[in-house]
Amino acid sequence: MTDRRGSLELIGPVLALALAGIVGSTGFVDPALENEFKGALVSVAIVVALYVFVGNSGVVSFGHVSFVAVGAFAAGVMTVPVALKPTITPGLFAFLGEHSVGNLASLALAAVLGGLFALVVGIPLMRLSGLAAGIATFAVLGVTYNILNNWEKIGPGPLTLTTIPETTGLLQATIGAIAVVAVAFAYQRSRYGRKLRASREDPAAARAAGIDIHRERLWAFALSGALSGLAGGLLVHLAGTLQARDVYLDLTFLTLAMLVVGGVGSLWGAVVGALAVSALDSFLLRAESGEVGFVDDLLGKPLWGGSRLVGVALFMAVVLVFLPQGLTRGREFHLPRLGRRRAVAQESSA
Amino acid sequence: MTDDVQTLVDAVALGSIYALMAVGIGLVFGVLRLVNFAYGQLIMAGAYALALTNDQPVLLSIALCFAVVLALSLALELAAFRPLRRASPTTMLVATFAISYLLQSIALVKFGAIGKIVVVVPKLSEPVTIGGVHIRWITIMTIIVAVLVFAALMVLLTKTTIGLHMRAASIDPATARLLGVRANAVITAAVLVSGVIAAIVAVILPMAVPERLLVGPDFALRETIIVLVGVVVGGIDRLLSATLGGFTMGVAVGLLSGYLPSSGAWPFTSSVYLDSAVFMLVIIVLLIRPEGLFVRGRHAALERV
Repeated sequence: MTDRRGSLELIGPVLALALAGIVGSTGFVDPALENEFKGALVSVAIVVALYVFVGNSGVVSFGHVSFVAVGAFAAGVMTVPVALKPTITPGLFAFLGEHSVGNLASLALAAVLGGLFALVVGIPLMRLSGLAAGIATFAVLGVTYNILNNWEKIGPGPLTLTTIPETTGLLQATIGAIAVVAVAFAYQRSRYGRKLRASREDPAAARAAGIDIHRERLWAFALSGALSGLAGGLLVHLAGTLQARDVYLDLTFLTLAMLVVGGVGSLWGAVVGALAVSALDSFLLRAESGEVGFVDDLLGKPLWGGSRLVGVALFMAVVLVFLPQGLTRGREFHLPRLGRRRAVAQESSA
Repeated sequence: MTDDVQTLVDAVALGSIYALMAVGIGLVFGVLRLVNFAYGQLIMAGAYALALTNDQPVLLSIALCFAVVLALSLALELAAFRPLRRASPTTMLVATFAISYLLQSIALVKFGAIGKIVVVVPKLSEPVTIGGVHIRWITIMTIIVAVLVFAALMVLLTKTTIGLHMRAASIDPATARLLGVRANAVITAAVLVSGVIAAIVAVILPMAVPERLLVGPDFALRETIIVLVGVVVGGIDRLLSATLGGFTMGVAVGLLSGYLPSSGAWPFTSSVYLDSAVFMLVIIVLLIRPEGLFVRGRHAALERV
């Protein structure tokens, strides 16, 4: 990664996201598709937030959706109109029940809470590595889900939170996703990001060079938690309703698979993975309902019901089995012919 | 007092089921270094085989369950695990997530979201009273079956050539290969043995755990997650410590669900917070013994460069 080429690497992800935002908003496509585009952009935000920790540190976290969940619940609970709170969430703590905030304030709150939660959790957990770290972060997700799903003083408990303002428009989703990508890029090119990447490649050498691995991992974990919280805020304002189940296992698997499908070692991989899986998902969904012309012509009927579920899972399984380094092979975006093709970055197997 | 005994026996039975699953996951991890998250879906496939043949003779139904699980195990080994041999452990784990998700999606599309009832041997669900303690026959059977499986596995691993090869490959795959152990044969054997155990669990689970009477796409998913956590908490590098880890999780879940009060408004004060309590214990144990609760010595803490 030379400096001259360095900043060019941001072009790919930003252009891809801006393109998604523009295409989704104009007459190129059916207006009904707008929600699919928004969903894809929010997925990018979640996956890139996950990448900030997993990609740079090389430690898998199965618990990142906990921070998405905290962000989603904070932004959701705090934007339900005060007048409706006694009926929707009667059990809330008084100060939560009596106040609501605006859209941007709720997103900021989601990011702050996500970051703080990650920081607190990370202080003990970042001492672990390998499978123990993966399982411990998963245990955090288990605790978070269980509490959000039952504790009615901070949210809807086992019920569904409704009447959340649907404020995540296409513009906000695009700006949000680009902002997350920009922060991730700035981090990975900062001295902190580089220290952490060094520890990913060779922990022993990094430690010998004076890098405090625990501290670097903790910073990345907290930053990643804040971005996840923000993404959770975008997610809840997109859906308008929220259940603890929405931000648990399925989202964990889907976002992790998106990251690995794209290539866990690069920011470009995180963006490509999220966009590719989202695009396939939307395409199959519409083909199932007979809205994609050429599929109807080809088969003489809409795609068989259920092909979306199976198709997306099959795509992810096939990519993971046959292209274990992901679609981008862990490389950053580069413009063609601007430089020699570099050798495939060696992925550490740690 | 009798209540305590009853809770303890139920907890040990749950621990036995989890220990069986742990050994199935641990066997494959030993030879492949692959954490198979799709293990629960093998059990799910077996349970569907049972549910769809409820009206057939029991033995035929069970035989079909074994056939389905073993065929699926072999298919997974050939189509997925073999191409993944050189991938990083993370990729392998996420790939088995995707496979698990794929199998769940197929089940959802083929059989629907509504569970199908599994009837194997209804008699086994009846209770028997021993000294004032009511215990269901299946609880006793579960413990006996688990003990028998572990005894058979012990014989297989210590007295047969393939068992010796399996142990050699799990301790040091490279050296084992140099000494003439055929990697693929050993791996296939481990996958098949692990499949047999999955089939046994598929037969026991619907009878032993009341919430698993119905088989749906996410059948055994919760169990798989808890067992995977238990395997790592116990120490995944050794079969014995992994199995003890699974057993401990089962006993802990059984005891906590027996003793937590059924209502309470604050987190951790009632049985709806059972999972929180279990996972908090997991986090604490991992922080104290990251190399595994049942691993002797501290050598595992060394970096493997």
